[in-house]
Amino acid sequence: MSDMRNDLLNTVDRIFDEHCQKTVRESAEAGEWPAGLWQALEAVGLTRAALPEDAGGSGLEFEDAMLVLRRSAYHAAPVPLAETMLAGRLLAAAGLAVPDGALTVAPVHAGDRVELARGNAGMTVSGAVARVPWGDACAHAVVAGECEGKGALGLVSIERAARGVEKNLAGEPRVRLEFAAAPLIAFATLDDARARLEAEGALLRSVQMAGALERTLEYSLQYANERVQFGRPIAKFQAIQHMLAQLAGQVAAASAAADAAVEASCLMPDAFAVAVAKSRAGEAAGKGAEIAHQVHGAMGYTREHNLHYSTRRLWSWRDEFGNETYWQSRLGREVAAQGADALWPMLSRL
Amino acid sequence: MHEFRFDPVPMPETAQALREEVRTFIAQEVAAGSFTPSRNSWTSFDAAFSRKCGERGYIGMRWPNEYGGHERSALERYVVTEEMLAGGAPVGAHWIADRQSGNQILRYGSERAKRSILPQIAAGECFFSIGMSEPDSGSDLAAVRTRAVRVAGGWNISGTKVWTSGAHETHYLIALARTAPKQEDRHAGMTQFIVDLAQPGVSVRPIYNLYGGHDFNEVVFDEYFVPDDMVMGEPGMGWKLVTSELAFERSGPDRFLSTYQLLRESIRAIGPDPDERAANEIGRFVAHLATLRRMSISVAGMLERGAQPAVEAALVKDIGTAFEREIPETFRHLIATEPTLGDGDGYAGLLGMTVLRAPRFTLQGGTREVLRGMIARGLGLR
Repeated sequence: MSDMRNDLLNTVDRIFDEHCQKTVRESAEAGEWPAGLWQALEAVGLTRAALPEDAGGSGLEFEDAMLVLRRSAYHAAPVPLAETMLAGRLLAAAGLAVPDGALTVAPVHAGDRVELARGNAGMTVSGAVARVPWGDACAHAVVAGECEGKGALGLVSIERAARGVEKNLAGEPRVRLEFAAAPLIAFATLDDARARLEAEGALLRSVQMAGALERTLEYSLQYANERVQFGRPIAKFQAIQHMLAQLAGQVAAASAAADAAVEASCLMPDAFAVAVAKSRAGEAAGKGAEIAHQVHGAMGYTREHNLHYSTRRLWSWRDEFGNETYWQSRLGREVAAQGADALWPMLSRL
Repeated sequence: MHEFRFDPVPMPETAQALREEVRTFIAQEVAAGSFTPSRNSWTSFDAAFSRKCGERGYIGMRWPNEYGGHERSALERYVVTEEMLAGGAPVGAHWIADRQSGNQILRYGSERAKRSILPQIAAGECFFSIGMSEPDSGSDLAAVRTRAVRVAGGWNISGTKVWTSGAHETHYLIALARTAPKQEDRHAGMTQFIVDLAQPGVSVRPIYNLYGGHDFNEVVFDEYFVPDDMVMGEPGMGWKLVTSELAFERSGPDRFLSTYQLLRESIRAIGPDPDERAANEIGRFVAHLATLRRMSISVAGMLERGAQPAVEAALVKDIGTAFEREIPETFRHLIATEPTLGDGDGYAGLLGMTVLRAPRFTLQGGTREVLRGMIARGLGLR
């Protein structure tokens, strides 16, 4: 790893160590915005890390920005960093200015639609969208859809659009928003805007799952080395060793799949690599969390232990922006349509 | 704790042209009736095909020119091997020599061994077997009982090796033998020897496998004489050599492409418009395959840099062979077929052959359990 990347990692870890304590996570789950953490990230430009420099980015490579996101997930940081990065990337791709502050995106569900239309006083958005991540904490959302038959996106204030807050399993807010000809602050056409939002979302969730899985493995190794039963640390039992070896395999596979997708998606998401990453990381999330909890025994089932901050995120994120079945089926249909002999050229292209 | 890192490795610029070249070669061979892809795996022995690979420079690719090699990179070699496997080429004759034995001879062999053996391997005319396992030494390799005794000008080897794939058709094997009594450090006192299977003092007997195929052998040494210049490295270095050899053996595309032919033919049988379940399963396998391939290429990059990725290789083999074994188990549900015993013709034959070969994948080259033990050690648990 380069020195620059190491410095970045140290900076990021220091911020999370200082501002993402257990008390911060707990109060965030109770509905309190973690202002200190967000400000600390903003102060060093990390909330704009995924933007190109000419769109107000901090000059980091996309790979570095994804490393930042991965560490935020490793630390189970209760902030919409992924969503802000995603919204910013969409705005920048459409040539629109990226506002300050936390951002989110909509729609995030395959069945939801918004209508972008030309009104008397300018562009507007209409429609209802479910489970918008952090929709109660962000001032703005990027909405993607179609306008006059073309892919398009807009920026809208959502301060008065929230109509009910649900939580995902990790206690992160997922909010229903309703727009009735709400004015767009900015508007531009962007090819396949909606598909792009979905793929970017899947990519970012894959990176986050890789980070959370890494932490899950670390907790499990630490616990197995400390917990003594039958006169020795449980890490000395072959059954436990083999479970942890399998967990390490899931973590490594999720990381490799996410890395590959990041590499292929610097400018815009690579549909194949993203589908591979979300499928593989999603599967690893379920299997990895299961092993981690089995190793931790009852202790890992308590609120007191930190494991759940990682595993509840894994159980949430694997189902957001398309679960494994969704992405696997897309991959499978694509491969079947192209024919058996096209599979190898497709794989070896990456 | 060992940090498992599978860093990205960019393919060299020559990769795509090389890939196309190998694909063209395979297509020509298939068209000429030289082999049927769906019948083959990387253990399929075909000396004539290996000679053609040698002529084209596909064997010993990384070795120096002076030993018959082609001075290409580990990643260029990777491209050729994965294209061969994906294309169903019968690479079994030269596979072991190219994958591991030749590399070890280049690194640890005497000048005479290098000069007399490597050019023949690279020409596709000299094949190797692996001489590690014994009747009482499988996963516990340090328990080998084959012993070598010092005599004038060399060593006399006595003992028995088993599960020696291909020894009835190959020319050499590298035998691991005890050269000093067992000490507290059970990994000390072992040595590897290059054994010429045509010399007196060695006999090869078949061990038929569960479907009646002849791949395994029992190889018995009775005071078999090995000259000093066929010792690998220094006497007593055997364990170190075996460990480095296994890193070559474990991480390659042969550890997740063994059932690729069945995957491809299953996709063909399901057709262009799969139902939801079939699409889902195909997509899942593709996601796994793409990921495994990336991890395996990363290990090839580590080998190229001279690193010792033994644990990473074990991890790739563990999840790669699990993947290989899932393929027949999943498609038998999707394509209702009663598998047939035979030479792999038609879908029922290919499924049958794959089901019968599958148990090997998680045994050969280190069982799943041994690999998980190594990974656990890498995690600091042992």
